[in-house]
Amino acid sequence: MEKIGGGRTSELFGGFVTFLRKCLFKVISVGPIPNHIAFIMDGNRRYAKKKNSATVTGHRAGYSSLMSLLTYCYELGVTYVTVYAFSIDNFRRSPDEVKYLMDLMLEKIEGLLKQGNIINQYGIKVHFIGNLKLLSEPVRLAAEKAMKATANNKKAVLLVCVAYTSYDEIVHAVQDSCKSKRKEIQMLPGSLVRRGASEGFREHEKINDLAIHDIQESCKDRLHGSEARHLLEGSFENSSADVATKTPNGLIEEVEGCEMQRKVPSIELADVEEHMYMAVAPDPDILIRSSGETRLSNFLLWQTTTCPLYSPAALWPELGLWHLVWAVLNFQRSYRYLETKRKKMRED
Amino acid sequence: MLSLRLPIPSESVLASVMQRPPRFLNARNQTHLFCSPTLSEPKALQSSTPQATAADVVTREEEEELNDGTTPPEEELPEGLRRELMPKHVAVIMDGNGRWARQRGLPPGAGHRAGVESLKALVELCWRWEIRVLTVFAFSYDNWIRPKVEVEFLMSLFENVIQSELDKFAREGIRISVIGDWSRLPESLQALIRDAEEKTRKHSRLQLIVAVSYSGKYDVVQACKSIANKVKDGIVQVDDIDEGLIEQELETNCTEFPYPDLLIRTSGELRVSNFLLWQLAYTELFFAPDLWPDFGKDEFVEALVSFQERQRRYGGRK
Repeated sequence: MEKIGGGRTSELFGGFVTFLRKCLFKVISVGPIPNHIAFIMDGNRRYAKKKNSATVTGHRAGYSSLMSLLTYCYELGVTYVTVYAFSIDNFRRSPDEVKYLMDLMLEKIEGLLKQGNIINQYGIKVHFIGNLKLLSEPVRLAAEKAMKATANNKKAVLLVCVAYTSYDEIVHAVQDSCKSKRKEIQMLPGSLVRRGASEGFREHEKINDLAIHDIQESCKDRLHGSEARHLLEGSFENSSADVATKTPNGLIEEVEGCEMQRKVPSIELADVEEHMYMAVAPDPDILIRSSGETRLSNFLLWQTTTCPLYSPAALWPELGLWHLVWAVLNFQRSYRYLETKRKKMRED
Repeated sequence: MLSLRLPIPSESVLASVMQRPPRFLNARNQTHLFCSPTLSEPKALQSSTPQATAADVVTREEEEELNDGTTPPEEELPEGLRRELMPKHVAVIMDGNGRWARQRGLPPGAGHRAGVESLKALVELCWRWEIRVLTVFAFSYDNWIRPKVEVEFLMSLFENVIQSELDKFAREGIRISVIGDWSRLPESLQALIRDAEEKTRKHSRLQLIVAVSYSGKYDVVQACKSIANKVKDGIVQVDDIDEGLIEQELETNCTEFPYPDLLIRTSGELRVSNFLLWQLAYTELFFAPDLWPDFGKDEFVEALVSFQERQRRYGGRK
């Protein structure tokens, strides 16, 4: 009887805590809520050492922490959450640890799809981001299955970076852009390619040639944000000849005949960005790295150029609600300043 | 738990990841894969290192001819700092000049002038403590939106500082390099920079890299543009595009140590603001609350002490 009573009490208490948490989130939601939070999950092993336990305990505790934080994020109204689960650099660890992590990943990916899991509860679409070919086949297949099973979920998104580094992502994006443009050029009628080559690309006569052109155009929107477009357009006020001489590093020699240029496919910054693994989500608004280490470790270098970076000292399994709340409050504090700056760039 | 058959043992995965041997034994391989707390690069590797395409890279064969400036006796480092753990390359985002001036009821120009004094002091410290490369974020591409008056002031400030410090650089063996989109700078400043770079090209005691009209994304994009041109010309195949190739084309190919070990940002802002995107992959970040004109020796020592206490694992295990 007491046991049943005890169980009921803890259930009630749990419900009360959840209620309080939701009230807290309602208060925080008066201010802007980040659309996308990224986490570097660092410190599992140190946590295990601290508790005088085996490393495996640390990783399991880390998984529990992840589930809790995901719950908090999605309750708060964050749409995208990205986590750095396994770097390409981590393959350098001991074979035993790598094997264990692959096993754990397989177990947890399969668990994601089970009923009652947070994925179903919040309607989360899952993406596995990285060079999945580097994973063992069972893990890769499980990841693909999970992505397919959650493809129609629309309420929120979870991006799990495995076998990932920014370097690999950028190299892959550049390669894919080159290949994709080459195919486009090959599919063009020969006459169009020749005309385009003669009027705008005198150097690019072979059918397999690629040309980077108009970095200026793509730079306007992508490099520095769409706000910078006005800045760049304003600064190049005169003729196309002026534009040609002023473009970064003298990339564009001729703008004359640009109509024909535009019809001949060429690589632009937008193409590179389109082929990034992370193109499925907007850039993060906050990056949180646990365990107090203040470095990026080859994670989302491209996407975090203007993102606030927080590095609480808590190890990953210790990271909790208050760290998240603190990060969001800091985000809200700097949001106004950043929005004012963005607004100013747009007005200019 | 399901038993897992790994068709690809981790060593093979690592081998496949690294299957294309790096085209260049670059700074990342030298400092990152070997996880050495001393951050020293194997000297044997350096002599066989193929050189980057930029003319400015210094080769070991030229070292005897180089001017490493006056060489004072090895200076005692402040307490708490260990010589073997000093970073080779420090990068700084010099933020807070405007706020510093506003706090004192001064115009922004006064803040920038005070910032220049801070920079001179930092260059001096790096020179004395034998830090090899100091990269400073003087003017971001995003800063062009600032009021025209302020931008013109900054451009003329850069000119004055380069002119006044060039002799000192010559005496002390400091090499100056400027990275960024020069095309937007006034012609006179461009000419001055070209001249300063040429005059100090062979100096080797300390390299001061000044990022002006620079953005990390722009740097990666122009590297990709160079690579695409090489693909077009048949010099490189698409499948040969790798990390080493991109690194070689970045603007930081003007130095032997393109990747900062430590990045310091002043004024308490916790972001990178489009500075050195690719190069910061494994850099230790230190966010100092002080405004840039207030960042002096004590604050720099604090940053260095923090750096020396960190464990750099590069994804592996100690």
